[in-house]
Amino acid sequence: MDVKRTDFLKTALGASAGLSLAATASPWLSAAEAAVGNYPDGTSGSSIFVGLLCPTTGSYSADGEDEREGFFLALDDLNNGTGVMAKIPSLAGKKGLLGKTVVYKAADTETKPDTAVQRATEFITQNKAIMIAGGVSSSEDIAMEKLAQQQKVLYMVGASGSNDTTGKDCQRYGFRSQLDAYMVAQCLSPVLVKAYGKNRKAIYLTPDYSYGHSLTNSLRAATEKLGWTTVADVVAPFPTSDYSSFLTNIANSDADVFINIEFGNDGISSTKQAAQFGIMKKMQLVIPNISTFLPDGIGQEIMQGVYGTQDWYYALQDRYPLSKIFVEDFVKRWKIRPRWTAHVAYAQTAIWADAVARAKTFDPVAVIKTLEEGKPIELMLGPVYYRAGDHQQVRPCPVLRGKKPSDMKGKDDFFDVIEVVPGERVMQPLAETSCTMPPYL
Amino acid sequence: MIEAQALNGLALGAILALVALGLTIVFGLLGFANFAHGALFMVGAYAGWVVYSQTNNFLLAIPAALVVTFIVGLVIERVLIRLYYQRPKEDQILVTYGLAIVLVELVRAIFSGQTRLLTTPSWAAGIVQIGGIFYPQYRVAVMAIAAITLTVIYLVLFKTRIGLVVRAGIDDAVIVNILGINVNRTFMLVFALGAAIAGLSGIVDAPLVAVNPDMGTDLLVQSFVVIVIGGVGSFFGAILGGVVAGEIVSLTTAFAPDYASVMLYVAMAIVLILRPKGLLGVEGRS
Repeated sequence: MDVKRTDFLKTALGASAGLSLAATASPWLSAAEAAVGNYPDGTSGSSIFVGLLCPTTGSYSADGEDEREGFFLALDDLNNGTGVMAKIPSLAGKKGLLGKTVVYKAADTETKPDTAVQRATEFITQNKAIMIAGGVSSSEDIAMEKLAQQQKVLYMVGASGSNDTTGKDCQRYGFRSQLDAYMVAQCLSPVLVKAYGKNRKAIYLTPDYSYGHSLTNSLRAATEKLGWTTVADVVAPFPTSDYSSFLTNIANSDADVFINIEFGNDGISSTKQAAQFGIMKKMQLVIPNISTFLPDGIGQEIMQGVYGTQDWYYALQDRYPLSKIFVEDFVKRWKIRPRWTAHVAYAQTAIWADAVARAKTFDPVAVIKTLEEGKPIELMLGPVYYRAGDHQQVRPCPVLRGKKPSDMKGKDDFFDVIEVVPGERVMQPLAETSCTMPPYL
Repeated sequence: MIEAQALNGLALGAILALVALGLTIVFGLLGFANFAHGALFMVGAYAGWVVYSQTNNFLLAIPAALVVTFIVGLVIERVLIRLYYQRPKEDQILVTYGLAIVLVELVRAIFSGQTRLLTTPSWAAGIVQIGGIFYPQYRVAVMAIAAITLTVIYLVLFKTRIGLVVRAGIDDAVIVNILGINVNRTFMLVFALGAAIAGLSGIVDAPLVAVNPDMGTDLLVQSFVVIVIGGVGSFFGAILGGVVAGEIVSLTTAFAPDYASVMLYVAMAIVLILRPKGLLGVEGRS
């Protein structure tokens, strides 16, 4: 660990020294073209470099693999002028970006913030990345957001559900597309109240870190406003593998709705064990934020009838034509259907490419300002755009419900899409977020 | 409620005791810590999953896990481990640690990192009433499987000739060798047995957790704590350590979840201060 940290410090120090040297040693740059991060250095050749940071080992490796496949498809589509990229007006009929080929490389973050930052630093200093993207856990994403801000390199955030990513840790150089906890709570609560009635007693199982608390608190506030009461918030350390002590408390409560906030492996373990404790015979299970491979891990017998949300789900292709193209191309390339982490990857790449094309420059400041204009771009969820104040994407929220095993067409046909709630209706008012946006330079 | 939490501790302790037993037997005889133990636990879960998902019969998955990890253990010992018996401790730790990484990545390469569906067997999916407590049948089954396994291993170790050689080897391998007994073959069998017990624990734990290549990583640390508490190399120490650790984690979790893992290490520290060889550790072996 120590060795790694020293290495990182060396690279980081070397990087900043190198960057400041580059800035001072380039007197021929006009004032208007002052260096920002790797611009214009990284754009002088016939190609530009994009660094992808996806965990392919560690607890979110499966999600990271799906995400990486989404990036690969997106960047190849961009270089070849094919697929969803070809349907974006600013990119249609063109190959590459601003006449340059996009060279990309993926690195394994091991689902660890320090490894993520180390790999991202290598991309920025050695490969002169003009943009970095990816990450699956909020903790690695927030770490990379801070690096991006410090290095003045654009970072398109991967999967991240914590309010902090665009709240107290928001960065000028980071943009997050996934639903934050507040949005999940706002779009899910009315559906739950409609399905289960007004006077329900909920009990929460919450992982003890920023994502868990922000989702539980957001959901409590939203459901209590609609008449529900909260029996208890059972907080478990993160990560946990044996949930029996917590589940004993939950099983012996008088709650009638069990809201499981646990995510990833913890979500799978806690849900499987809750079923063994017979909790779902007494209570209605709700999983507000359904992690990418949760249904595969708990099985449809448990998943059926359970409400929740996901960033995106393949059945949305019935509503959005570009989702249909995305699913078809992805299946053609990878032989499996994309999950929502792949959607995050593709959408984030497309949004960045469109902003560069419209700004007509790779200059990150110009690209950020273009994104902050908030002009909607038509993608796999219809029109979406970024809010300038906190860099949270304004986008629809799909509410899902687990299908009966007998209704499944294919082994990953897990959900019915119950409702798609427009993004504007569920956004947290900007004044309520704790985002203080850092400066451009 | 406290009874229910105590029962939780016993169920958790049963699994910890199983995992720790494999580790402690290998440590006792070969004299070194097998850092690949957690990876073998995972291999057992995957071997069991393959059979379970094909046959839908959990009772076939258990022997599958045992056999596969036993064979994997044999191969590993012959190809790699035996070259390290005379090497420094650091080398032994490094080679088994490296082996763990290779096993995990091998499974990831074959099966992908995606979590596999391993449901509770239908005959153990219900609730059973014990005293006034409603308790998951599967956790009762886990305790039963652990009890049976521990009994069988006890009989092998303490009532058979092989067991005699193993125990003698733990005390003094050189003398046993001089007596004309092939200690090398015993080493190989014991390593494979340790691997098989790890594999068995893996498939038994699988219906409780997310089955993926990284599932054994955290368990390794806990099982080291268990054998340190119970006494390194001691059969009954592994069982006692497992139950003690399970109860500490469960009871602390019930009242102050944040301190559950801290308390485990506090208990370990106290044991190390008062009884450096562990609760049932054997005196005298150097």
